Amino acid sequence: MSTQEIVIDNGVNVEALLGAREALTAAPEAASFKWRATSEWAGGTHTKSVVENFFGLGDEQKHRQAFKYDTDHPEIFASEDNGSTPVEFVLVGLSGCLTAGIAAVAQNRGIQLNSIKATLEGGMDIQGILGIDSDVRNGFDSIKVSYEIDANATQEEIEALVAQSQKRSAVFDIISNPTDVHVEVSKS
Amino acid sequence: MTRLSGNPPAGSADVVVIGAGHSGLAMSRFLSARSIDHVILERGEVANSWKTERWDSLKLLTPNWQSRLPGFVYSGPEPDGYMSRYEVVRFIERYASFAGAPIRNKTEVTSVRQQESGYRVETSRGAWRTRAVVIASGAFNIPVVPAVSKSLPGRIRQLTPHDYRHPEQLEEGGVLVVGASATGLQLAAEIQRSGRPVTLAVGEHVRMPRVYRGMDIQYWMHVVGLLDQRYDEVDDIKRARGVPSPQLVGTNDRRTLDLNALGESGVRISGRLVGVRDGKAQFSGSLRNVCKLADLKMNRMLAEIDEWIGSNGCHDTTDCIERFAPTAVDDTPLLGMDLEKEKVRTVLWATGFRPDYSWLDVPVLDRKGRIQHDGGVADAPGLYVMGLPYLRRRKSSFIHGTEDDARDLSDHLARHLDVTARHSRIKIAV
Repeated sequence: MSTQEIVIDNGVNVEALLGAREALTAAPEAASFKWRATSEWAGGTHTKSVVENFFGLGDEQKHRQAFKYDTDHPEIFASEDNGSTPVEFVLVGLSGCLTAGIAAVAQNRGIQLNSIKATLEGGMDIQGILGIDSDVRNGFDSIKVSYEIDANATQEEIEALVAQSQKRSAVFDIISNPTDVHVEVSKS
Repeated sequence: MTRLSGNPPAGSADVVVIGAGHSGLAMSRFLSARSIDHVILERGEVANSWKTERWDSLKLLTPNWQSRLPGFVYSGPEPDGYMSRYEVVRFIERYASFAGAPIRNKTEVTSVRQQESGYRVETSRGAWRTRAVVIASGAFNIPVVPAVSKSLPGRIRQLTPHDYRHPEQLEEGGVLVVGASATGLQLAAEIQRSGRPVTLAVGEHVRMPRVYRGMDIQYWMHVVGLLDQRYDEVDDIKRARGVPSPQLVGTNDRRTLDLNALGESGVRISGRLVGVRDGKAQFSGSLRNVCKLADLKMNRMLAEIDEWIGSNGCHDTTDCIERFAPTAVDDTPLLGMDLEKEKVRTVLWATGFRPDYSWLDVPVLDRKGRIQHDGGVADAPGLYVMGLPYLRRRKSSFIHGTEDDARDLSDHLARHLDVTARHSRIKIAV
């Protein structure tokens, strides 16, 4: 029987991530990032948002291009449905974050991934946002994430990947823990 | 007290050991065996923290047969039992006299600073000149209380495990126990039994059964080699050193104390306490995941034990493979709690401990106040530290883990004394 080294490639540069971790441990001030979005009302419930710049590693940084997003509400809300609802964007953020984390953790643990599919569902009683019942919260009452993962690993190893990804996920933390939100207003 | 000249030296010794707990005494034993001149400075009496800073019902997490110090083993009638804190005190006191340790009681160290060819150690009873210092003053000196404690309503009494002795000292009413290590679970269980309804806030934790396949889990961790895993062999030593103590309790019936057992006894389980706003406690929505992480980790350890048993051919002598029910989490986990409405009178912070280095004037602490060391060898010549979690091995912070660490570090220390002695002789010769 011949042995050959199996090369695991999930397209994640783990060496770079581990290098960054080491560098930022030595220089924690460079780990301070600012993520930003700008937005402009487009009439009705439609808003156009742009993500382009951020701050990190002690300097201003730029995405390769400006990313544009539309948020709106569906027609059953008497809106024009020019984009997904903002709450669906939250689900998009969560799946993007968890899935990227799964890929990174799998790479680090030497697990080859073939496919990762996620379905997300956030439950919401809209009596909250409509002000019908003040005991009902505005946001999701819960979020259910279902992953279907094809990888060269056991069920338990795959479950551990997903658990570790949640443990290190920024969006999971933002959603599951309180965050101070500071809104300023100026008249233009 | 004049700071400029300092106190007149109370004495000099080649080595000053700070703290007469099991670590300091074990080190003393090895130093004596090498005829190295040393003294142990103890702020109170032998086993001081065990006498003054532990709750009444506390028992060791390790069975008696495992309790050992260099040249000294448990010889009582219950090898499978667990020592109470009073028994631990007696065990350590007996060891101190067995080892003939040169202890200066009621001598509190107030400052350690470098000076030429060693250290100057100021104490409440004069100063010592020494060539080397071993910090054996414990890992659990100061309870860690998170910043969220400041947001709690003033009429709620806040306690740490250092203040807590028994449930009867608590006001009647609800109790929020924060933290799910051995401490948090043990205190939650006994407070609930006292009739005070407990909510337990749970972050990352380490779950394990007390008994597995008929043997104490500590036995398996010992034979499989987990307890001997070295600090320079683990992937991420920083993480390993921060892992909370396993959810274990030492009782006569050797029962498992986990979140499922607590839940069955009526304790409410919530996620990590992450905020208090308008008198309402806020809990993290991460409970499911931290439970999953702990279940997966426990099962990995059990699989490792099964594999060891399989390859060591002792199928017949032990029970079959066991797996335990996953941690049960409510369909709608508790995310918030109105402390007033729920009549919560007490919050107990079982959120960990840290060592006290307020007297250490040697630049060896990192920005988070942790001592920087390589397996107990600090970043200053002739300075050593003992008894911290995963100092040199997974077992380092346990009584039975002291012997190997003390042996290694006393070797290093003896070499240091030899080298510096040669060095100073050369200087004199030049």
